[in-house]
Amino acid sequence: MLGSGILKGLGVTAKNFVGSYHDPKRMVTEEYPDTPAKLPEAYRNFPFLVTENATDPMGTLRCVACQICEKECPPQCIYIEKSKDKKPDATGKPQLYPAVFAIDTAVCMSCQLCVEVCPFDAIKMDQVFAVAATNRFEGLLLNREQLAKPNEYFHQIRPTEAAEVDGRLTAERKAAEEKAKAAAAAKAAAPAKPAAPAATPAPKPAEGGTAS
Amino acid sequence: MNLETLPLQFRDWIVSLFPGALQWFVHHLLSITAILTFFGLFFAFTTIAERKLLARLQNRLGPNRSGLPWFRRLKLWGLTQPFADAIKAITKEDVVPAVADKVLHFLAPVVIVAFSLLGFAVLPFGRHLIPVELDAAILYFFAAGTATELAIFMAGWGSRNKYSLLAAMRALAQLISYELPLILSVVPVILVVGTLSTSEIALAQGGWTWGIIPHWHVFTPWGFAGFVIFLVAALAESNRSPFDLPEAESELIAGHLTEYSGFKYALFFMAEYFGLTALSGLGVTLFLGGWQAPFAFLEFIPSWLWFMTKLAGMIVFFIWIRGTLLRLRIDQLTRLAWKFLVPLALLNLGNAAFWTLTAGWTGPLVLVRWGVSAAIVIVPFLLLGRRLSAGYAPRTYRYAA
Amino acid sequence: MTPALFLIALVLLGSAAAAMLSRNLIHSALLLVGAWAGLAAFYLWAGAEFVAFAQVLVYVGAVSMVVLFAVLLTRQGATAAPVEFDSFKRMIVGLIAAGGVAGVLLGAIAGTPLAISAHPAPAAISVKALGAQLMGPHAAALLVVGVLLTVALLGAVIIAAIDQPEDPAP
Repeated sequence: MLGSGILKGLGVTAKNFVGSYHDPKRMVTEEYPDTPAKLPEAYRNFPFLVTENATDPMGTLRCVACQICEKECPPQCIYIEKSKDKKPDATGKPQLYPAVFAIDTAVCMSCQLCVEVCPFDAIKMDQVFAVAATNRFEGLLLNREQLAKPNEYFHQIRPTEAAEVDGRLTAERKAAEEKAKAAAAAKAAAPAKPAAPAATPAPKPAEGGTAS
Repeated sequence: MNLETLPLQFRDWIVSLFPGALQWFVHHLLSITAILTFFGLFFAFTTIAERKLLARLQNRLGPNRSGLPWFRRLKLWGLTQPFADAIKAITKEDVVPAVADKVLHFLAPVVIVAFSLLGFAVLPFGRHLIPVELDAAILYFFAAGTATELAIFMAGWGSRNKYSLLAAMRALAQLISYELPLILSVVPVILVVGTLSTSEIALAQGGWTWGIIPHWHVFTPWGFAGFVIFLVAALAESNRSPFDLPEAESELIAGHLTEYSGFKYALFFMAEYFGLTALSGLGVTLFLGGWQAPFAFLEFIPSWLWFMTKLAGMIVFFIWIRGTLLRLRIDQLTRLAWKFLVPLALLNLGNAAFWTLTAGWTGPLVLVRWGVSAAIVIVPFLLLGRRLSAGYAPRTYRYAA
Repeated sequence: MTPALFLIALVLLGSAAAAMLSRNLIHSALLLVGAWAGLAAFYLWAGAEFVAFAQVLVYVGAVSMVVLFAVLLTRQGATAAPVEFDSFKRMIVGLIAAGGVAGVLLGAIAGTPLAISAHPAPAAISVKALGAQLMGPHAAALLVVGVLLTVALLGAVIIAAIDQPEDPAP
């Protein structure tokens, strides 16, 4: 019948109106600045450096200034200067650390290659997008102190990825510890048999091969 | 203190403060001031209501950020938005093209607002609240309405812009086409009641059957058909969706308003809303019983409150239609007016004549009267609708395999 | 003579004169519309409300549209009205015709007794009484006017519907 389409249409919009007050599917507006933006976990913007704890950020950076991310970055926005000395890292082993670690976020294209190639899980992608600076050049150039954020923050923004990284790192450390213990035990047992290795040159235990 | 006559008492009190020679002048000046302020504020709140209602119909929030000037925290659900819009319109730069016809360009918004406001003078807002009591009130209303078309031509021509002119011609074609169904839909009411005076038409719709069914014209077959035709024609006369081709942004920028900015644009906007409100007011008076209460036991509510409620209801319905229906093309518009609405309105006239002549039928003949009247409405509607949409509806869709 | 009548007459005659003297055709059309509105004001002054509103509805609302559409659709942009005569003979004939019409009008005005009578103004005619007069004694005139308008409308539709011979396709 002529006009039935109009009446059906009026019904649809009436349902929209009534539903917009109580049904979340019919009111999809997020009042952004007042309510925080709901971002998916995989959202990424600029990188940040992971520190093991928040109390001593510069002392617990996972980054060892290997400069792989600097070489892999396509727009070459990362600038690293190695330190001259070594400091003990989270496992106690003396490692180099970055004296200067600067990322020009105006150039960064959020490709995540630096994250993919980092062997130490030291650089991860952040989710902050509301960045505004008063200067086009220096304002968006972030240095080491501005880039360092604690592991708790990493857990907050990317729970599954942080859990996986932590699990992997603890497993690796455990394996390294066990290996060190086994090597120490083997070393302790080796002097007890001084005569045996004289005839048959026994292969040296491949200690140096396993990096800890 | 009778709520019903409170406005009248207030006016009489103010008039009594002035000397006798000025009293006639003050009396009418008060009516004019009351209409201007009340409907000015009504216009402001219609714009924010429209934006919020349209937003809710479209699954989004409307404007809800404009608060009060010094109390920044109080957002008040965005109800002060129209005042913010007014300040913006007033302070915007008024750009007039160098080759434009300055006199016409300036006069067009003035003329259109003036004639749109004239229509409010004959609407009975309450039992005793009509600004001007005219014997030929409806004729006056339509005379004021048709004069606004001249302003649209002046706007289109004065802008010296061929797109404005083209759009003004299309707008005029639309307005002239829908004048006919508008006036023809009103004639049956005049026929049945026997007078052109709006206050008498509102009075004639009093009384209730069994105390709950009001004798409004919309509850009779010819009145219902007339009301529907009036609704469609009123939407088209005030250039509102789905008939807003003249001001569709995707068609001709802003049509005849392309070269207007700032306050002049706001004046055109105001004129459109005033026209819509006045036409809604006329529709309420002619078909929805004016200031009459719907049920006998609700008569204690003042009559002007009933009028305003019905007016607000009609405007909400217009906004609902705007959020639902698609825009019509110019040829679809004119086809609807001339081939569909005009024949139905003419048949409705015959229907009302039949109704008047059979006013004396009682008993079982009343059912015959209602049946014949309803048949004269429904049968041509179905036949004409079917014939005109032959080949167009229902749509069949063929998808790529 | 009340000041209201003087004012209305001034507006009416002023806009009619300006319409005649204006070079811009659209301006003179709109000034003519102003003259019609002045005439409606005159009817209101004389107490004929129905005629005044009918004047606005028909002339300002509809006839003005007809005039403007006709000007725009036939002028093709050149809207400056020429005011020279085509030839000397035409000017003489035009002056004689205009003079004849003016003479008849002035004679008619001079010949009517315009003395103001002492009778009070008649009560305002109600629209109902007007309608009864139109449908009763003057029904024939109303029907003739209706037929005339219908014929004009049908004629316009037929003229518009005649297919123009199309240009030969390239």
